[in-house]
Amino acid sequence: MIVAQRKPFEELKSFIADKKKVLVVGCRGCVTVCNAGGTKEVGILASELRLDGQAAGRELTVDEYTLERQCDPEYIEELLELVEKKYDAILSMACSVGPQFITTRYKDENVYPALNTCFMGGAQQHGIWVERCQGCGNCVIHLFGGMCPISRCAKSLQNGPCGGSSDGVCEISKEVDCVWHLIATKMMETGKAETEFGPAQPIKDWSTSRDGGPRKIVREELVK
Amino acid sequence: MSREVRTKSNLEKVLASGQFAVTGELGPPPNASREEVVEKAKHLKGNVDSVNITDNQTAVVRMSSLAAALILQEQGTEANMQMVCRDRNRIAMQSDILGAAALGINNLLVLSGDHQKFGDHAQAKNVFDMDSVNLIRTIKMMRDERRLLSGRELPEGSEPRLFIGGAYNPFADPEDYRVLRAAKKVEAGVDFLQSQCIYDMPRFKKFIARAVDMGLTEKAYFMAGITPLKSLGMAKYMKNSVPGISVPDELIERMKGVPKEKQVDEGIKIACEQIEEMKNTKGVAGVHLMLIEWEHMVPRLVQEAKLGPSQRK
Ligand code: SF4
Ligand code: SF4
Repeated sequence: MIVAQRKPFEELKSFIADKKKVLVVGCRGCVTVCNAGGTKEVGILASELRLDGQAAGRELTVDEYTLERQCDPEYIEELLELVEKKYDAILSMACSVGPQFITTRYKDENVYPALNTCFMGGAQQHGIWVERCQGCGNCVIHLFGGMCPISRCAKSLQNGPCGGSSDGVCEISKEVDCVWHLIATKMMETGKAETEFGPAQPIKDWSTSRDGGPRKIVREELVK
Repeated sequence: MSREVRTKSNLEKVLASGQFAVTGELGPPPNASREEVVEKAKHLKGNVDSVNITDNQTAVVRMSSLAAALILQEQGTEANMQMVCRDRNRIAMQSDILGAAALGINNLLVLSGDHQKFGDHAQAKNVFDMDSVNLIRTIKMMRDERRLLSGRELPEGSEPRLFIGGAYNPFADPEDYRVLRAAKKVEAGVDFLQSQCIYDMPRFKKFIARAVDMGLTEKAYFMAGITPLKSLGMAKYMKNSVPGISVPDELIERMKGVPKEKQVDEGIKIACEQIEEMKNTKGVAGVHLMLIEWEHMVPRLVQEAKLGPSQRK
């Protein structure tokens, strides 16, 4: 899933400093799963903003709404009735795809991202999310024991581990596993280190990645 | 044992003749002062066979390695220009390789490069278009097949005739895999390899014995990295804070055993003992002296260790 986290409250407050009527819009997709922008988090942010407005003695209405998804025009359409009530600001609590879809549909609205979209990953355990993919457009993890060195190695090495790998952690931080330590260990344990895994991996073709420009997928059979 | 010489490199000539080679290291200044490079170069001249010029080491901005390498060469010492994968994509790398060769660089040593998180520009976007293994392959392809990565041919005589260097670290993890990673570099076509600073001799010897067994030391020259300890504090810092360096407790104890003002001497003594041992270790073709910001100690070290051009014959 896409993993995101809420922006600092001060930053969110600054977005609406001079606004009187605000709509907070959540999303039931990834951000609900990673506890960043579902119905519950929309409720929390809305109350925090209201309380803060009260404390500052200023006039502020905050409404809440959560869409099935914000990355689909079909659901964005659902906002029409609300948008017609004329809000001074819309805070989207979806991943950053959401606010872009809202802005595209409702051109006159002031739309703000309430989350920082961070990575594609999963929950390692409750409350801890880790990055696992960088969307390079040509998945090769089967060559690396099922682990992705592009997203998980700080240098995206094709032939690691680098000289900074120590005690299983990456040179950048003791909090980050060295994925190449895991890959190399697995290769040695499965007896592939000197055979199948012996030859060096070639230079990666990044043209399918973001480096090739913004990407688009067209599935003719689905396009109406 | 002498091997074929394929470039104009002085370092290659020394290594190929079977003599125990010695290389030094010079960190370019974080400014445009030519004088600083000239000053450091003075201590190295005549004492080593060639000198590594680091490429924005520890991700701190410094004079470019190519520029500093040329200043060094003007002073009469051959450079091992370093190039890291952190800051350039394949377009810039190939371009710089061609340029360096055109300007008279004979040795090019490639590294992944320290992550920018360590340096003074942690906000930078990193590149890592290719890794050091693939950069070695690329230089070899440009030199021996006279081709660029695009497939474009280089007219005969216009190819970069570089002696290709790389690094190996017997002290990083996983320990058993380190020699296999070095093997990838050898397979990719590296000509010489220099190691991370060695303090843990038993671990180094285990590594090099395996490299000899695998035939790696026949295909590339393995040089041993030496950095004398300056003090007990430095020994402790190396042990605890530098990833990929192993300092045995015996060395810490040995430094502890001498008074502060004698610790420099003790560090040099330990280095000389190590170098002597390296000379007698099968598979070790020379030593790489890393005395960054301590270049003035090089003349004393090579003399006491009986190393380098001034001590030969
Ligand atoms: S190889 Fe590419 S697609 Fe596969 S997990 Fe890594 S970044 Fe994602
Ligand atoms: S320590 Fe491991 S994860 Fe970190 S940059 Fe080196 S190889 Fe990659």
